[in-house]
Amino acid sequence: MIEFKSVSKLYADGTHAVDNFSVVIPSRKTTVFVGSSGCGKTTLLRMINRMVDPTSGAIEIDGENIANTEPVHLRRGIGYVMQNSGLLPHRTVIDNVATVLFLTKVPKVEAYARANELLDTVGLDRSLAKRYPGELSGGQQQRVGVARGLAANPNILLMDEPFGAVDPIVRIDLQAETMRLQRELDKTIVFVTHDIDEAFLLGDQVLILEKGAKIAQRGTPEEILANPASDFVASFIGADRGKRRLTVDSKVKAKGNDVVLIDAGGYAAGVISAPGGKLAVGSASPKSRSVSNKTSQAGDG
Amino acid sequence: MNLIIQGFLWIFDPAHFVTTATGTGIPDALASHLVLTGVSLLVTIVIAVPLGLYIGHTGKGRLVGIVASNVSRAFPSLGIIAIFVVIFQPIFSQNTNFASAIVAFILLGIPPLLAGAYSGLEAVDRQTIDAARAIGMTEWQILTKVEIPLGARLIVGGFRSSTLQIIATVTIASLYGNPLSLGTFITNGLAQADYPQMIAGAILVIALALIIDGLLAIVQRFVVPRGVSRGTTKTRNTARGARLAANSGTPIMEGN
Repeated sequence: MIEFKSVSKLYADGTHAVDNFSVVIPSRKTTVFVGSSGCGKTTLLRMINRMVDPTSGAIEIDGENIANTEPVHLRRGIGYVMQNSGLLPHRTVIDNVATVLFLTKVPKVEAYARANELLDTVGLDRSLAKRYPGELSGGQQQRVGVARGLAANPNILLMDEPFGAVDPIVRIDLQAETMRLQRELDKTIVFVTHDIDEAFLLGDQVLILEKGAKIAQRGTPEEILANPASDFVASFIGADRGKRRLTVDSKVKAKGNDVVLIDAGGYAAGVISAPGGKLAVGSASPKSRSVSNKTSQAGDG
Repeated sequence: MNLIIQGFLWIFDPAHFVTTATGTGIPDALASHLVLTGVSLLVTIVIAVPLGLYIGHTGKGRLVGIVASNVSRAFPSLGIIAIFVVIFQPIFSQNTNFASAIVAFILLGIPPLLAGAYSGLEAVDRQTIDAARAIGMTEWQILTKVEIPLGARLIVGGFRSSTLQIIATVTIASLYGNPLSLGTFITNGLAQADYPQMIAGAILVIALALIIDGLLAIVQRFVVPRGVSRGTTKTRNTARGARLAANSGTPIMEGN
């Protein structure tokens, strides 16, 4: 469990990047910070591994104030995945994944064995192990970044807009992989994004942030969609533009018992099955989505 | 053209291979030139590399780095040496010219190497460094395992510039009598209107500079990590772009 207690970050020029922020991030769940650029969401994330120290307030991991932990030691125990992978360009894929293990003096043989397993875990072919990051596609680089983040087997994985720079098809693939990993590995994931769809897709808990990391709304995607707390939230999730309000398209016939749904703007949003003219009712849990495995990495090669 | 041939003939004349009462031998002059260069370079490295790496790593005192890279292009070597000969005359009673010349060489050698070390680190992608820190590298590990390998090309480029700067300056220091160097032939040749000797000195200095620069160019290629020179076109462009952008990638010998 990660707990922010009245955390503020005041920069020297007087800007409040984070102003009196308190929240509990539950273990083994995915919490997503979502907001526009400059709302302080990345600052919040970077406070968890002390890349940024708060000016006031405290952050606790399992009840321990992290201010008492030496930053380098703390960071080695927390996975970190960033946009543009942040891989070391002069080291091979396998060395990049094993970097954290080398830092903590894990014997070479063991480190490489573990790194190879991690390539499997994130769905990368082991034949890529000896390549350099510059020889990989953007999607593959991000997978290596995730593998590196998982190397030390951390309980916490911080992900800072990890899929912001890859193309939409690869992004969908990587999002699905992230959900699969979360299910299989049971990590506490803190995820930062500006994409509300990504937030709703991945988050067990979603925090919509306004400027100064002020919490506009906190809840499950369903709760937020059902009851936007303010005009800001409604606007942010697209409810005010009718993007989330779907109706049945009367003109287009889909196959079988499916009907096409359109949003308030008239744009196609999806299909819904309607056996015998009655709309199907689903349940929010358990969530599942077909995910790719390493044999099919669409657009990832 | 005739003079140049005479210069070569002068170099290959066995009479000039040993030092005699009437003149300095080429090996002695070369040895002295190399010792002067080597000693000056050693001190230059000891001063410029830590300072440049410190500035590049911390970003503190960046102005020093920028000034150094500009100064290295426009330092009047002759003037500097002259000043040092005058200043240090009273301080060192013996070997005056030797000591003061070395101080001048070091002073001229520092800016290019400092600029190279600084800009080498400056050119490393900030995101890469940030990621290295975020996964738990200490500052020292970031410097030695990330910044230095990735900045190596520019750092060695700065060293190349410094080396050539010092080789060139050692040559002109012979104007003040001592210390002995290949420039001695040029100075003596001019003084005695012995133009073949003067040309010979010039040829030797040029050959020395070219050989050493060539060797360092090979070293420079060698220190670039594999993942940076290989890889996609994008990466390669970035590496080349970074090299062009900095002042210290190629040796500059203006004003000598």
